[in-house]
Amino acid sequence: MKKWMPFIITAVILLAAPVFLSDFRLNLMGKYLTFAIVALSIDLIWGYTGILSLGHAVFFGLGAYCMGAYLKLQTEALPDFMLWCGLTELPWFWVPFQYFGFALLMAILLPVMVAILIGLPTFRVGIKGVYFSILTQALALVFVILFIGQQMYTGGTNGITNLQHIFGHSLGDVSTMRWLYLATVVLLGLCYLFSRWLVNSRLGRILVAIRDGENRAKFLGYSPQNIKLLIFSVSAGLAGLAGAFFIPQVGIISPSMLGILPSVEIAVWVAVGGRGTLSGAILGAILISAAKSFFSEYFPGAWLYFYGGLFIIVVLMFPQGLMGFIRKYAPRLQLIRLWS
Amino acid sequence: MSLDIILSQIFNGLSLSSILLMIGMGLSITFGIMGVINFAHGEFLMIGAYTVFIVQVIFAKLLGQAFPGISFLIALPLSFFVAAGIGWLLEKVLIRFLYGKPYETLLATWGVSLILQQAARNIFGANNVDVASPKWFEHGIQITQGLQLPYNRLFIIGLSSLCLTGMFIYLYRTVKGRKIRAVMQNRRMSACLGIPTPKIDAFTFAMGSGVAGVAGCAVSLLGSIGPSLGQNYIIDAFMVVILGGIGGLAGTIAGALVIGISSSIFEFISTTSMGKVIVFTLVIIFLQWKPQGLFSLKTRALD
Repeated sequence: MKKWMPFIITAVILLAAPVFLSDFRLNLMGKYLTFAIVALSIDLIWGYTGILSLGHAVFFGLGAYCMGAYLKLQTEALPDFMLWCGLTELPWFWVPFQYFGFALLMAILLPVMVAILIGLPTFRVGIKGVYFSILTQALALVFVILFIGQQMYTGGTNGITNLQHIFGHSLGDVSTMRWLYLATVVLLGLCYLFSRWLVNSRLGRILVAIRDGENRAKFLGYSPQNIKLLIFSVSAGLAGLAGAFFIPQVGIISPSMLGILPSVEIAVWVAVGGRGTLSGAILGAILISAAKSFFSEYFPGAWLYFYGGLFIIVVLMFPQGLMGFIRKYAPRLQLIRLWS
Repeated sequence: MSLDIILSQIFNGLSLSSILLMIGMGLSITFGIMGVINFAHGEFLMIGAYTVFIVQVIFAKLLGQAFPGISFLIALPLSFFVAAGIGWLLEKVLIRFLYGKPYETLLATWGVSLILQQAARNIFGANNVDVASPKWFEHGIQITQGLQLPYNRLFIIGLSSLCLTGMFIYLYRTVKGRKIRAVMQNRRMSACLGIPTPKIDAFTFAMGSGVAGVAGCAVSLLGSIGPSLGQNYIIDAFMVVILGGIGGLAGTIAGALVIGISSSIFEFISTTSMGKVIVFTLVIIFLQWKPQGLFSLKTRALD
């Protein structure tokens, strides 16, 4: 029971947030929580398996685009950007997106498929470490260019905007917003439980074994390439799911959100929170995103200095992130230790 | 499609290759020698380009005229030393603490890159600035009716060849270059034999940064320059390194040629966006055949 206390307390606070947060802040918080899910997904592959993907915003973005397609079709029979590009009817691959179930399924499956497409050839030949990071980063670049280029299908640089309804409710309504927020809290809870189950399972121990000594794991009879492919796909699916919950709360998805900068940002959330700890990933995502909002409200010019400096300081001084810091310096404080 | 067009695309690709080569050299050597992934490398390109701009502004302030030709000639060596100096400083205050930790350097240098870009934004403004090109680059050699080789691109190819030759002589024909190669092959053994590895590291890092600065000078001839100039090239430069293999000049040359020319051709026969997709796919397919890249240091170590 005791080890579940932090989880329960956090869940209660998050679920009760609509009571004490203003609607504006609540909406922001909902957005941060979807980021926290992406952070969890990258923690699974980076923190636990030692593969750093610098293209994770692509998976997040693909999920968001899938859900965005559904929301767009709720608003207009033929999306406005298609009209501007001279299309008179919906392209065939857009048609099934008018069903919520299909959109949600694709928001998970599409990222998984892209992850397999990129993971299979790279893991197969043993490309790892920073080589993999750079390749995934190039993937992010390619996707941005592709999504900007295919304007008639993706909305180009502007992306998918001007979304109005979900299940017949207006997205601008406070009640809709609250429900979306609560749904995101539940989703984050489920994702956390799933990840926790995963890393504590036998598979989780193999993941750590691959991180700490891939060749040893191989010689012990495991197949690192298959396990890496599996966890990479799972991670991509989680990120896509997060994207699907992101777009109804923010109301826009554009190629700039699946580029290199947001991808690196995700990695930094996890690095700051503490890689290899699930709570650290969540904490990092929420703290940094909140700091970003704070800075852009009060000191817009200083954000990138602070942010760049944060990268450097965390790497130099807190290689294990916030959670590592807490574990190291608060060994006797049972209360705090439980949370880490 | 006529032969002229194909040839001119290859020529354009060659000039892109030259720029990528100058950036890739530094990346490849610093990764080979120190295990450092330098994401701020593109910003040295930016620094080099802004050096040209600053020299022109100073000329305009002092003499009332920018004198693009003379100022460019002054800026060329200057950009090397400015970028090398900043590179040396970066190595001293940050990079040397992160040897052999590629992920950490990746994040830290990404932070450095953000700071440098924002600094450029604050100093020079967020908008792109124009650099006046020297007059002698205005025209080109007319080969046939439809094929003209612009002087500025020819100059870039020449400059890159010069850097390459210099780097080759330095690495393979001098004592210090031999030490650099030794550290690249086996750091601990080199240290045992009395090679001052920290000095070699700092020096190599500065040199790589300097060459990227020269590349920035070259890029300033092609169009206006802005704070995110380096970002346009850095990913391609990394692809060059991955394709070519780490730690040698031959791989970087081959990688740069392939990426530069194929980007130029594929972007022409399809669209810019599809061209990038095709090149990326080809790189992934190629890695199936040679995961270590075209040329790589032979090693018996497993990890």
